[in-house]
Amino acid sequence: MSPTTIWVTVLAASAGCLALKLAGHVVPGTWAAHPRVARTAALVTVALLAALVAVQTVASGRELVIDARLPALAVAAVALVLRAPFIVVVVLAALTAALLRAAGMP
Amino acid sequence: MPSARPTTTPDERAVVRQALSVSVATGLYGISLGALAVVAGLSVWQAVVLSLFMFSGGSQFALVGIVGTGGSAASAIATAGLLGVRNGFYGVQLSPLLAVRSWRRVLAAHLTIDESTAVATAQPTVRLARVGFWLTGAGVFVLWNAFVLAGALAGNALGDPKRYGLDAAASAAFLALLWPRLRTALARYVATGAVVVAVVLTPAVPSGVPVLVAAVLAVVVGWWTAREHAHPDAEDGEAR
Repeated sequence: MSPTTIWVTVLAASAGCLALKLAGHVVPGTWAAHPRVARTAALVTVALLAALVAVQTVASGRELVIDARLPALAVAAVALVLRAPFIVVVVLAALTAALLRAAGMP
Repeated sequence: MPSARPTTTPDERAVVRQALSVSVATGLYGISLGALAVVAGLSVWQAVVLSLFMFSGGSQFALVGIVGTGGSAASAIATAGLLGVRNGFYGVQLSPLLAVRSWRRVLAAHLTIDESTAVATAQPTVRLARVGFWLTGAGVFVLWNAFVLAGALAGNALGDPKRYGLDAAASAAFLALLWPRLRTALARYVATGAVVVAVVLTPAVPSGVPVLVAAVLAVVVGWWTAREHAHPDAEDGEAR
């Protein structure tokens, strides 16, 4: 992306996110409090984050690649099971990938 | 700020402590966002503006991830926006609790994120909920933006991000954001389905699209299962 395209992306996405936040504070709650709407919204968040985990771990552009990211993600999962704080999870994953790459893994 | 006032009850001290610890923990991982943002191709300024104005971790990581993997502007905006929908639902819960008007309402909306909502809605009284919301929102805002700047400057100086495992850090960040949302079986099924869809579609469609298709899948499942479990005691504790 060109710097201009990135600016447009950043500003448009930020405006959208703020508009969504404001909408929640301004609209009457009855519609959004409907269980089906609330449940669907929660599941959309789950699906997006899960898909982002997958893409960020095994995609390289449009290719599927197994590299140091996968074992790093496994370490992150173990850290989460052990209830490590967010920053520890992230740092452990980075450290794992960095060490594996220093040892020659792609 | 409330921290300057003497706190009188143990409940108040507890909410202040909670707000500060959440702020520090959340703020710190702004370092990884800042570094990832410049590695993905954003300038330091773009990373800073993104954090100040979007101010929602999941959406920011998503936007940076999609820009970094060569996705289109449209898919980056759509994914960040869809991840921001939950903040709208938080606002519905918070609005009667905070009861603010005009510019304070806009400020409250901007500070409506996972962390401020979680701390506010965990408090036993309205007064404590307000203290929790404003302290956590303001605390995360200040520290998150400061650490994003620090991370962006560091990321600029680092060079090859893969050497430091920063790409794996992004995977771990998404996993950590996902983790607390996997409490119900339905959520775990949807997450598994989303992973399969994303992996299968990656070679077939442009970058960024697999993630959006996974979201569509969740809408279909959410709508359909709500009909299946239409009785009133159906569990849906995820929409906090």
